[in-house]
Amino acid sequence: MATQVLMPALSPTMEEGKLAKWVKAEGDDVRSGDVIAEIETDKATMEVEAVDEGKIGKILVPAGTEGVKVNTPIAIILAEGEEAGASLNGAGKTNGAHAPAEAATGGGEAARAPVDVRVKETREDAAPAAWDAASEIPEGTELVQTTMREALRDAMAEEMRRDGDVFVMGEEVAEYQGAYKITQGLLDEFGARRVVDTPITEAGFAGLGVGAAFAGLRPIVEFMTFNFAMQAIDHIINSAAKTHYMSGGQIDCPIVFRGPNGAAARVGAQHSQEYSAWYAHVPGLKVIAPSTAADAKGLLKAAIRDPNPVVFLENEILYGIAGPVPKGDDWLVPIGKAKIARPGKDVTIVSWSRGMVYALDAAKQLEAEGIDAEVIDLRTLRPLDIDTVLASVRKTNRIVTVEEAWPVCSVGSEIVAQVVAKAFDYLDAPPTKVSGEDVPMPYAANLEKLALPNAQKVVEAVKAVCYRS
Amino acid sequence: MFDDLSNGTSPKGNPPELSRDEELHAYREMLLIRRFEEKAGQLYGMGQIGGFCHLYIGQEAVVVGMQMAVREGDQVITAYRDHGHMLVCGMDPKGVMAELTGRRGGYSRGKGGSMHMFSVEKNFFGGHGIVGAQVPLGTGLAFANKYRGNGNVSLTYYGDGAANQGQVYEAFNMAELWKLPVVYVVENNKYGMGTSINRASALTNLSQRGASFNIPGRQVDGMDVRAVKEAGEEAVDWARSGKGPYILEMLTYRYRGHSMSDPAKYRSKEEVDKMRHEHDPIEMVRQRLIASGRATEDDLKAIDKEIRAIVNEAAEFAQTDPEPDVAELYTDVVRV
Repeated sequence: MATQVLMPALSPTMEEGKLAKWVKAEGDDVRSGDVIAEIETDKATMEVEAVDEGKIGKILVPAGTEGVKVNTPIAIILAEGEEAGASLNGAGKTNGAHAPAEAATGGGEAARAPVDVRVKETREDAAPAAWDAASEIPEGTELVQTTMREALRDAMAEEMRRDGDVFVMGEEVAEYQGAYKITQGLLDEFGARRVVDTPITEAGFAGLGVGAAFAGLRPIVEFMTFNFAMQAIDHIINSAAKTHYMSGGQIDCPIVFRGPNGAAARVGAQHSQEYSAWYAHVPGLKVIAPSTAADAKGLLKAAIRDPNPVVFLENEILYGIAGPVPKGDDWLVPIGKAKIARPGKDVTIVSWSRGMVYALDAAKQLEAEGIDAEVIDLRTLRPLDIDTVLASVRKTNRIVTVEEAWPVCSVGSEIVAQVVAKAFDYLDAPPTKVSGEDVPMPYAANLEKLALPNAQKVVEAVKAVCYRS
Repeated sequence: MFDDLSNGTSPKGNPPELSRDEELHAYREMLLIRRFEEKAGQLYGMGQIGGFCHLYIGQEAVVVGMQMAVREGDQVITAYRDHGHMLVCGMDPKGVMAELTGRRGGYSRGKGGSMHMFSVEKNFFGGHGIVGAQVPLGTGLAFANKYRGNGNVSLTYYGDGAANQGQVYEAFNMAELWKLPVVYVVENNKYGMGTSINRASALTNLSQRGASFNIPGRQVDGMDVRAVKEAGEEAVDWARSGKGPYILEMLTYRYRGHSMSDPAKYRSKEEVDKMRHEHDPIEMVRQRLIASGRATEDDLKAIDKEIRAIVNEAAEFAQTDPEPDVAELYTDVVRV
């Protein structure tokens, strides 16, 4: 019976990809396990293998086609004796190919390296809508539409060109070109001395990086995700954050720990934790969590130049989202400065990283209902720019914080506490937090959705503090 | 105590003799540590030193012999039994003692304490309070040496207790993989706090712990400064010549408790006394100097007197130097 070969997904978040190449032609015999095609996304290439034996009856999607949706039929495999055009047996209409995760990750580490994070820019929760690039960028600056992934890579490359002491190390950063392709191309330009593949040994390489920073180098340590940095958190806190103080100011530790933080999609509890509050708690660290490509680039460059240990929290879902980034290699964003992403007068919404997607979407919906929300993107979580938040609350008299992290002892909790202590008399409603639910991240799609915040939850919280619900 | 040596990899027999100057240097350096630590113990008893205080008494030959094997620019990093390491690196005893008493003239301006002292100038990188954490850090110093091609070697010290920490082996793996210039010096004083090595380690020959990474190792009589220096030179040469890491297991002994608050119920007084009387690192040098006629009792007494003066001056400074200004509470949190 004829079998359809469907476009496979490289990861839970992939929606479409490019059919790069057909390895087999129509009429070729294939056996189970034969590579029949190659598909590509913006971060990974993968081989499509035949699962059934037979003959390639028809190629439905020609090589070079972009934007092929997952599960689209791409070819038909005919069983022995069948002719091209044979009618498809209903029961046989299965996916005749599969894409083994090993082929994409190279190391059988599928769980550690969800291989694709392409998010279509038209996706519902995509680019923060109202980002006002002009507010910080000098007039006349040429802006280039850039994904956050490219912005982060450019930031590292520019700083590595500028300073020979800057190097990047981590798992799969060099030859694999980055588990999330953030370090793509760096090995080619800077070589293995400065782009260092490490064994899977987080405590070891985090400590080694800190030692190298004590000796005056400027390491960028990539964690494949911050979930794995829990293996190394002793070095981030006890070795990196505290030594400047413990040495009476003698020892500097100019190091950046960076990588994706928070939930991706459907990767379960151990790969879906949001660590903002963990690191923001620690004196001696600076903690950054940008939501736009421009901020990601400017802040990562600032972090690499900073003489202190910086924890730079990225978000996998935001990697593929493009935004305007100033052209050239002198774009820096100051650490510790929040940004008013959307000015407004009725309520203050404070967020950062992926929470900004929900916040800005909510603000748009609220506008239609006559509520003019001011949205603040913290960008840096330590030092916290509480002054910008307080000034806004004194104007709006209401505040809602939005975060993906757990609610207990969260960054939102800290903001609420400070607002209550410092702007109590200005408040017309109880400060309110929208956060992830207080549970380990569930795997099931419906439960995962429930566990995370969304724009609707923000809308409801804002209406409640505006007494409009 | 040295039963282990019989199955170890260290050559038997006497190590090479030291010159007269070297013997006198070793005697003087070890005595400085001994007297300094005795004084620190006194000050602790008087309430001048707070918190934890881990004395190095008994282990002096290890750092003194190793420091005789290195050159200017080589780095030292260790855990919290660190006063001896600082003194042999040439750090000022006044600044070390004043840090123990938490005064503004201390190396960390009173903000680090016994376990957290550093001197970039003297290439001493701490002083770390988390058992085993200094091993990846010291490996990182070696990484920087290789990155810069400066020819320096990192001496990374740890104890028999730390030898069972997982991150030690993560560091071993990368050090050998990348041929980093680091000498791992494991000071096996037979007790990790109150637990004897036999009760904590499946393989008690710690020099062989690099075997699965192909890192060479040697057991060394860590009470004999000559043996330490000789082994140190071999290991440092190995690392400096680009062959990667080397492990030296120093068989040594601490006379005092793990920290000042240690009741020492886990070993007998006889065990301690036997070591003091038969293997004391300072006494062995003293006897060699006298027996060979290289020094007289009077010569050594003069050194004793000089050392006592240095230590007394340090103690005096550490008790009279003011505490840090209260404004120091918020300085040095971040580099501004």
